Amino acid sequence: MAEQPAFDVPELKPYPVIPKLVEDTMAHSQPFVAKSDFQEPLGFPGERVDDWQDVAIKKMGELTDRYRSLQVFLDSCVKCGACTDKCHYYLGTTDPKNMPVARQDLFRKVYRRYYTFAGKYMPWLVDAEDLTEEVLDDWYKYFHQCSQCRRCSVYCPYGIDTAEISMAAREVMDSIGKGQKYCNEIIGKVHTIGNNLGLPEPALLDTLEGLEEEVEEDTGVAVKFPLDQKGADILLVTPSADFFAEPHVDGLIGYAKVLHEAGLSWTLSSHASEAANFGMFIGSYENMRKVALRIREAALDLGVKRIVFGECGHAWRVAYSFLNTLAGPFDFLDPRYPVPQHICEVTHGLIQEGRLRLDKSQNDGMVLTYHDSCNVARASRMGDIPGGQFEIPRAIIRASCNHFYDMPADTVREATYCCGGGGGLLTDDLIELRVKGALPRMEALQQVVEDHGVTHMAAICAICKSQFAKVLTYYGFQMDQIVSVHQLVSNAIILTGSEQEKEAELSEAA
Amino acid sequence: MDAASLALTFLYYGATLVLVLGLALRIRRYATVPAPLKIPTTPAPISRTGVVLRMIRELTLFESLFKSNKWIWLFGWMFHFGLLLVLLRHLRYFTDPVWGWVAFLQPYGKYASLMMVIGLLGLWFRRLAVDRVRYISALSDHLMLALLIAIGVTGIAMTFAVGTDVVAVKAFFLGLMWFDWQTLPSDPLLYSHLILVALLMLVFPFSKLLHAPGMFFSPTRNQADNPREHRHVSAWALKLEKGNG
Repeated sequence: MAEQPAFDVPELKPYPVIPKLVEDTMAHSQPFVAKSDFQEPLGFPGERVDDWQDVAIKKMGELTDRYRSLQVFLDSCVKCGACTDKCHYYLGTTDPKNMPVARQDLFRKVYRRYYTFAGKYMPWLVDAEDLTEEVLDDWYKYFHQCSQCRRCSVYCPYGIDTAEISMAAREVMDSIGKGQKYCNEIIGKVHTIGNNLGLPEPALLDTLEGLEEEVEEDTGVAVKFPLDQKGADILLVTPSADFFAEPHVDGLIGYAKVLHEAGLSWTLSSHASEAANFGMFIGSYENMRKVALRIREAALDLGVKRIVFGECGHAWRVAYSFLNTLAGPFDFLDPRYPVPQHICEVTHGLIQEGRLRLDKSQNDGMVLTYHDSCNVARASRMGDIPGGQFEIPRAIIRASCNHFYDMPADTVREATYCCGGGGGLLTDDLIELRVKGALPRMEALQQVVEDHGVTHMAAICAICKSQFAKVLTYYGFQMDQIVSVHQLVSNAIILTGSEQEKEAELSEAA
Repeated sequence: MDAASLALTFLYYGATLVLVLGLALRIRRYATVPAPLKIPTTPAPISRTGVVLRMIRELTLFESLFKSNKWIWLFGWMFHFGLLLVLLRHLRYFTDPVWGWVAFLQPYGKYASLMMVIGLLGLWFRRLAVDRVRYISALSDHLMLALLIAIGVTGIAMTFAVGTDVVAVKAFFLGLMWFDWQTLPSDPLLYSHLILVALLMLVFPFSKLLHAPGMFFSPTRNQADNPREHRHVSAWALKLEKGNG
């Protein structure tokens, strides 16, 4: 561990235990509030408006008029308790307001007070409450302790999704001028510069040239990383972390090698140099749509036939589930391919067709497990059948390496735990929350480390990768134990005409 | 006809009106508020048929709850399935002659009331004993269980212990239906039972019992997973598109 943290890191237990609740353990946790510079460009008031209660309550009504999910979810909860032990933030912090139902109730009690018969006339009976300063404080704290991972929605008998409530709460807070700095600053950067990290076009071009040199040095093959190439067949949209963060960039190299080997023509776009869409995290349809439209514009401008997304969890949710709604119809693209496609779908298809040669032994230095990213697992699909989002990445890993073991069944696939940094919480001002929220995943990882000697965990999400690279060390692991799925492909792939191909031929001949 | 019977007659007309109208308005609300985005909890069925099957599994087997917590599932399912049989058995007080299958269900329906109350007691025990569930419970959550248990216990007492004049009860309810009002036997247990049921009908459209219609409208369960194949756009989103698209 690099430095001594200012909080207690939870202990990894040999088996999962539902902790006893301890009130207010995370009542001090809140992200920085957005200044007016980050609020106004998104169409939100710069600072908290004077009549904030009236504005918020009115906004609440607008949202229940706009979203059936919100309206039905606010009415339907019976407080059965099924979700109370399902949130990684509750398990990691023991703060009862991190139980999904209790988090929802922070919003629901205000809804009840102003919009239901019982709450208006008998607030004491149904725990209805006025929107006070204290309630707003709780909203700001605890709706920024939800990563919108949807694990609770799997287990709710009515499918109530706390993500929908936390998105609505964040939208209400934005509308009164109390937005979160991290998300809103990033959305601004996407619009002014083109990506979350604020990487301008010249820097991007420079990075891509560097990668071309690196790959050629390693393999002897001139694999291209094209940018803004008009007339290319495929527009690749990938999270900007893929351009330089570790292990993300190794994934990007993997995509490029796959596309090169398959002889596909592709390009990145400087206008849409970001797959992420933080508009979803703040629940703003308008902002989400505006961010999504960049991709349509880039596709039209470059005249591509297909759109493919790189490894990113919530970006894939917005792409798979919402892109057609927000920025469609995509009738100008090649109708033989789904719009959009995931890079894993492309790679998996090529493996199935026998168009990629993979030398699994190149990954023999690693024993792998796979972390299902929450938004891919519970809010999207890959391939033609339900659950393809679980099978396809695993099939790619199995095709690329010899040693793979799944983590315990109640921590993977639809039951997967969030990494602890999703939903707009991947910011250093929330580090305690991020470390504690990673606890269930760390316990599951610990188990396969002990049982099967697992050395590395692969993922297909930029946020998961960044989060794990940071929090693994708090639990006694190494930061490089998190890898990209396409990093494994990159290690194993034998490019035509490469040094690796010559070596393989030599060893075959001998 | 005595005053008490007359009061109960009007109570039941009122309660029925509130229940039916209240639910109709709520259902209309759920049906008309748009669902602008595809948000099924995946893996989800790809086709409408698959969605119907998923909903049937949720409705009859409480599939998600089973995944979640076996105790809540057991008690919840005992209560709901018991209640269903009890309600079906009660059709005998509203039909003349009694339908064959209702007559067939009679003995099962009688014992289902025990299952129902045991389920409710199990749920209440959890609500009091498990710290997480106790934390999230409001007064109304406890009172709702108390109300349902009281209805069950008064019914059980009449069915298995003290009995009541069921012929007169049936005449009373048929009279309500055909506007030929009848006197109800002045049995305190019977009055308690019927007043509590009317109370349940009155609070239904204003309480968490809205989960019953609500579950049919839950987008995470009732949407098909086909956003790439079919473009899904709500009316207000379309307006947005026309405006500045």
